Amino acid sequence: MGEVERRARPVEKIATGIPGFDIVAEGGLPEERSTLIAGTAGSGKTLFSTQFLVEGIRGTGESGVFVTFEDTPESIRSNVLSLSWDIEQWEADGKWAFVDASPITSEDATVAGTFDLGALLARIRHAASKVGARRIVLDSLSALLTRMNDDIAMRAELQHVMTELKRDGMTIVFTGERPENYGPTTRHGIEEYIADNVIILRHVLVEERRRRTVEILKYRGTSHQNGEFPATIHDKGFLVVPLSAHELTQKSSTKRIQSGDETLDAMCGGGFFRDSIILVSGATGTGKTLMVTQFLDGGIQNGERCLLFAFEESREQLNRNALGWGYDFEKLEAEGALRIVTVYPHAYTLEDHLVRLKREIDEFEPDRVAIDSLSALERISTSRGFREFVTNLTAHIKRREVAGLFTSTAPTLAGGTSVTEKHISTITDTIILLRYIESGGKVLRGVTVLKMRGSWHEKEIREFTIDGEGMHIGEPFQHVTNLLIGPMRHLSEGEESLL
Amino acid sequence: MSYQFRLYVTGRTARSLNAISNLQRLCEEVLAGEDCGVEVVDVLDAPERAEEDRILTTPTLVMEGAHPRRLTGDLSDEATVLRALGLTARREHDGNSGPTRERGNG
Repeated sequence: MGEVERRARPVEKIATGIPGFDIVAEGGLPEERSTLIAGTAGSGKTLFSTQFLVEGIRGTGESGVFVTFEDTPESIRSNVLSLSWDIEQWEADGKWAFVDASPITSEDATVAGTFDLGALLARIRHAASKVGARRIVLDSLSALLTRMNDDIAMRAELQHVMTELKRDGMTIVFTGERPENYGPTTRHGIEEYIADNVIILRHVLVEERRRRTVEILKYRGTSHQNGEFPATIHDKGFLVVPLSAHELTQKSSTKRIQSGDETLDAMCGGGFFRDSIILVSGATGTGKTLMVTQFLDGGIQNGERCLLFAFEESREQLNRNALGWGYDFEKLEAEGALRIVTVYPHAYTLEDHLVRLKREIDEFEPDRVAIDSLSALERISTSRGFREFVTNLTAHIKRREVAGLFTSTAPTLAGGTSVTEKHISTITDTIILLRYIESGGKVLRGVTVLKMRGSWHEKEIREFTIDGEGMHIGEPFQHVTNLLIGPMRHLSEGEESLL
Repeated sequence: MSYQFRLYVTGRTARSLNAISNLQRLCEEVLAGEDCGVEVVDVLDAPERAEEDRILTTPTLVMEGAHPRRLTGDLSDEATVLRALGLTARREHDGNSGPTRERGNG
């Protein structure tokens, strides 16, 4: 504080504790302000606001009051039991209080003259002082407005209630119905005027898939990230997936690890980096899964824990393939050195996959993670959603100093760039190409290191073969040009000397 | 007959006082000669009472008995009050002019 008394205070924020949201909201919800959570039916408004109270209790130990205008407290208690939120216990502990403003069906409330919301305010204050609340949820204001049927009077009254609660030091979240995902902010068109801040939850069909997003529409006097962010509802509640630009500033390790193939190590200038992301791109059958297997084996040989997410093959297929090359996955899993998670890509939304992947990584604490293939996930998402997914997952892996190897299936047998590569090539540290190469009437396989961030790497394309013992990388191709880009042609001895 | 009323108000505002006087007039004029009980509850003094009765707006009039009724507002709209309480017939019988309409806005 300077000599001049400051009358206006900058807006402080309180962390909601809703995973990902506080990143998008650059700190959380504005403190001692009111925030409207608007969304269509089923968009997760009630869950979001309930979680705001739950995380307050579990995180900073802040108590909360839940004012319900729609559901009964009983149904709210039982609805969230599946998330292991025991509201009844928090009520008993003096951490949570309900104000039951759900409709009384047996009695018809007639309006005969002017009125105010004095009783509602008094009840909220009473409940708040009982538990020492700092967080208040009102769900939903649209239901109250529909019931009272006098929008003009209610607008003034609600504004008064909000002002008083803010003066008490409360941070308020209230919900509002939206008739549709894109269009007017709320049903009554009043809710957004009462609020200092507006957050929109959407639940839309995109390419026949349900997609949830969160958008901060208005944050009075403070900053936030713009645009729609993917979100999901999982068994721990609401979760936002931030496009985490600032999460990308990771320290990079200079420690080398073995790829599982000595020649490949040499091609990379001595192995992969400890905390790097490696993309292996190739058409079907070029040996991507074998490279994954060798990568995992390279780790296990050095006593590292390895985690494999397989989106294309069943556990049985994987085990059989690995056995064919002399690796006993079942035994390694039993010993705890390896964990394989097989998931059908279409079983979940991309956001759900992300949550599950991160959780598996956190639980298993691997040194190496492989995903075979990343492009299988690309099919279940929009391109923006996919990029966000990869950015987020990559940040998560790098933060833990884990080496990640992702495979990407090239769209044609001759190679080409898949959508996956287009979106993630800048995120990856190392790119390895596996390609079919037609030469002398035969189809051969070629491998090259296209990119190796922070290190020298070989530029040649080497021929490799696959047999019962795995991958054998041989000598660089001679006399062949345009192997990877454009039509390939053989050079005569004379031509070569001109290059 | 017995009429038991509970009137919830917020503080001693003009709106509260209007509601109280309108209810008193109702008892004196429309329900003259009946057993008319009135309890005024100020939600600022007894928020737990408002909680028990799940009151949101003030003033709110609760009529107990076999046919419980609730109405909100300062009771200045007499026709609506009588209709909501099922007392329209009584007013027609005595032909009186009824409670004065007071327009307070808090």
